Amino acid sequence: MQKTLQPQAPAEAVYKPRAPLAWIGKAFLTLLSIAIIYVLGKNLIDDPRLFLDFVLGGLQLGFVYAMIALGYTMVYGIVKLINFAHGDVFMVGAFVSYFAVTDFNLHMWPAAVFPGIPSWISVVLGSITVILLSMIICVLLAITIERVAYKPLRDAPRIAALITAIGVSFFLEYFGALQFVFSPRFIPYERPFEVVTWYIKDGIHVLESGTPAPAGSITISNIFLIIVAASILMQLLLQYLVRRTKIGVAMRATSFDKPASRLMGIQVDSVISFTFAVGAAFAGLGGVLYAIAYPMIHSQLGILPGLKAFVAAVLGGIGSIPGALVGALIMGQAEAMTMAYVSTPMRDAVAFTILIIVLLVKPTGIFGEPEKEKA
Amino acid sequence: MGIGFLVISIVKIAAIIAWIYGLLWVMGRPKWWMKVLGAAAAFGIVQLALTKIGNFQILNTFDSGLLFQAASMTMVALGLNLIYGFNGQFSLGQWGFYGIGAYCAADITYRWTMGDARGLLVVGFGTIIGAALMYAINRFVVGRLHGVPVLSAFTLYLIGAVAAGGLAVLIGNAINPMLAPALGTISAPGPLNSGASLQVVFFLAVIFAGIFAAEVSFLFGLPVLSLGSDYFGIATLGFTIVINTLMVNSDTILPFPEMKGGRGMIGIPKLTNWFWAFLFMLLVIMIMRNVIRSSTGRAIMSVREDETAAVAMGIDVAGTKLLAFMVGSFFAGLGGAVYAHYIGFLSPGTFTFLVGFNPLIIVVFGGLGSMTGTIAASFGWTFFLEGLLRVLLGYLGTEAPTWRFVLYPIALLLLMLLRPQGLLGTVEWGFLKQKFFRPPPAAGENQPGQTAVAD
Repeated sequence: MQKTLQPQAPAEAVYKPRAPLAWIGKAFLTLLSIAIIYVLGKNLIDDPRLFLDFVLGGLQLGFVYAMIALGYTMVYGIVKLINFAHGDVFMVGAFVSYFAVTDFNLHMWPAAVFPGIPSWISVVLGSITVILLSMIICVLLAITIERVAYKPLRDAPRIAALITAIGVSFFLEYFGALQFVFSPRFIPYERPFEVVTWYIKDGIHVLESGTPAPAGSITISNIFLIIVAASILMQLLLQYLVRRTKIGVAMRATSFDKPASRLMGIQVDSVISFTFAVGAAFAGLGGVLYAIAYPMIHSQLGILPGLKAFVAAVLGGIGSIPGALVGALIMGQAEAMTMAYVSTPMRDAVAFTILIIVLLVKPTGIFGEPEKEKA
Repeated sequence: MGIGFLVISIVKIAAIIAWIYGLLWVMGRPKWWMKVLGAAAAFGIVQLALTKIGNFQILNTFDSGLLFQAASMTMVALGLNLIYGFNGQFSLGQWGFYGIGAYCAADITYRWTMGDARGLLVVGFGTIIGAALMYAINRFVVGRLHGVPVLSAFTLYLIGAVAAGGLAVLIGNAINPMLAPALGTISAPGPLNSGASLQVVFFLAVIFAGIFAAEVSFLFGLPVLSLGSDYFGIATLGFTIVINTLMVNSDTILPFPEMKGGRGMIGIPKLTNWFWAFLFMLLVIMIMRNVIRSSTGRAIMSVREDETAAVAMGIDVAGTKLLAFMVGSFFAGLGGAVYAHYIGFLSPGTFTFLVGFNPLIIVVFGGLGSMTGTIAASFGWTFFLEGLLRVLLGYLGTEAPTWRFVLYPIALLLLMLLRPQGLLGTVEWGFLKQKFFRPPPAAGENQPGQTAVAD
């Protein structure tokens, strides 16, 4: 009785138990960061133009990862499933555009139908058609996967669904590797439009293909600009979709509380299918642009970009759409810097190191909200 | 040819499954001499089948290769079953530890036959000193202060591991010149480089490879095991990818020119015979069974069922997870070492993460939390899919064998959709059966064949 009458101690004076030896871990991370910053800074001062070139390369990679990461982050946000097959949907997108261009000359249709139109309109229309076709096929594929493989396991343990996702991913990879499907070989990709590279040194000049850029110049290609523009456009579109439309409200509600949104009359299954479809559309777009930028495709193309995009989604805060973009950009830079200044093969290692460090230091990611209590 | 081969293969698979049943049954006999005699008989039967009498051999070279592969796969899959099936930690890193074990043991024996004892010395001293240092750090620093952040503990252990490694290299370089004359060279092998002493080195190499894999798993698992289950899966998948990358670049990034990077390591002495494969497999089965059927094993399983309840019962959840992960990786290391000395050639292509899903498929097929299922599935998988199906599909054309990679995931999908508990569920045979406390039968209820069902 007496105690309750006494004034409460101010909040600052409350005793907080401190974890012993916490400084060792912090010192370790600090030393690691200092080493990284030192290496990067030294290289920046030594050759700033080369450094900028690598940064641009990293940006290109990062924006492609952003397009894949969106699918991961949306699906994980709604069904809490790491959709392993997403990277393979990305691969299928690249292959669909390859077949559309190489076997069916789909990118030439405007020139064939309207013989008189200017060539640039023809190229733009043709490329957009190829990309749309890839996106549609990817959407159909993703919806099929969701219906056949994931829907029956909606109430099963999460790991069962994850193993199923791995199975689907395997199936796509090895089915694609069969001779009559995509063949197990590396295939040189035929682009729907020519990649033009400019170099900036005393003004902008077109770089002749096959010639190295002159020393001390920065190179920018049109595919870089297209990837950046498409990725940002898709981000904005998705933000609009999620924030302003009815289906977006339904998606957010489903990700927040599935049973309650079912009670509110939301058709949860269609919303989940729609989420898969949107993610797959982005993956298809990303697949085409990735194949144009790095024109060598094979049936296991999607695995590593898929995993890295997942890491990017975790880094940005899984379930958060701006987080996916930011995380992907960081991933792209980390990978480009590793390729440039450490060693090319270690580019895969750095992604998973980042994953582990992020999950240890801030498991919710950069933009993630703290895990809400679940009953 | 086709039909005859099919019939013979199916008979062989059935015989092997029956053999496993017999082995487990005889290991479950109450008297120790029965177990020893039974194990020896089980060993002898297969050894006899492998022996060429006149012109007749029951298990030919192809089959014996499958047998060794199945034995090493049993070790890997049992380890994964301990981690995933019994402890509930979804790990895709088993294949990485398998690769670590394979390369580590292969490096030891390869260097030994080349007249360089540093492989054995450095790995041996490194693992022993490392284990001692990590135990000391755990006992006197981390264990005494409660609530040390994971990252700090990890840093401390990392410093310990690096110190142990450096010390081991120093010791190895100091002792190596004394041993080198006794080793000789590959053309003129010395006294320590042939016969029985090589077998001893092989045995040590396998054991040290297992311990090394376990220590790596400790360092890796310490920060990673605190993650949620599917994040843990991705992180361990990343581990497998990183290990594979290191293997591809073992002669450029890592200082091991004898591993020859992506070209593959050749010239590993083929020291695995049925005796060693059987011995290590039996060792793994016995350790596994004794771990699972002890209070530690019950703690491991309780973590799988409900972590919160396990904490409430006073179980050290983090420590239990780490223990299961380490023991599982130890098994994987043993399996890798046995495999490396059977095949005699290691290529990073064997250890890519795509192949690394095989143990997972085996464990899921055999039944999560069923040791018998894992053992049977390992043998069945190797003999059926690698042996029978490969040859049968081979009759259909040169491309057809790749179809089995399409069939695995379909089978996996069907299994997950139709029978998620695996083919055998939680059935155990003989030796592996739980000795349950059975309540006395109530009046009027006397069924002798009734056994308690695990879980």
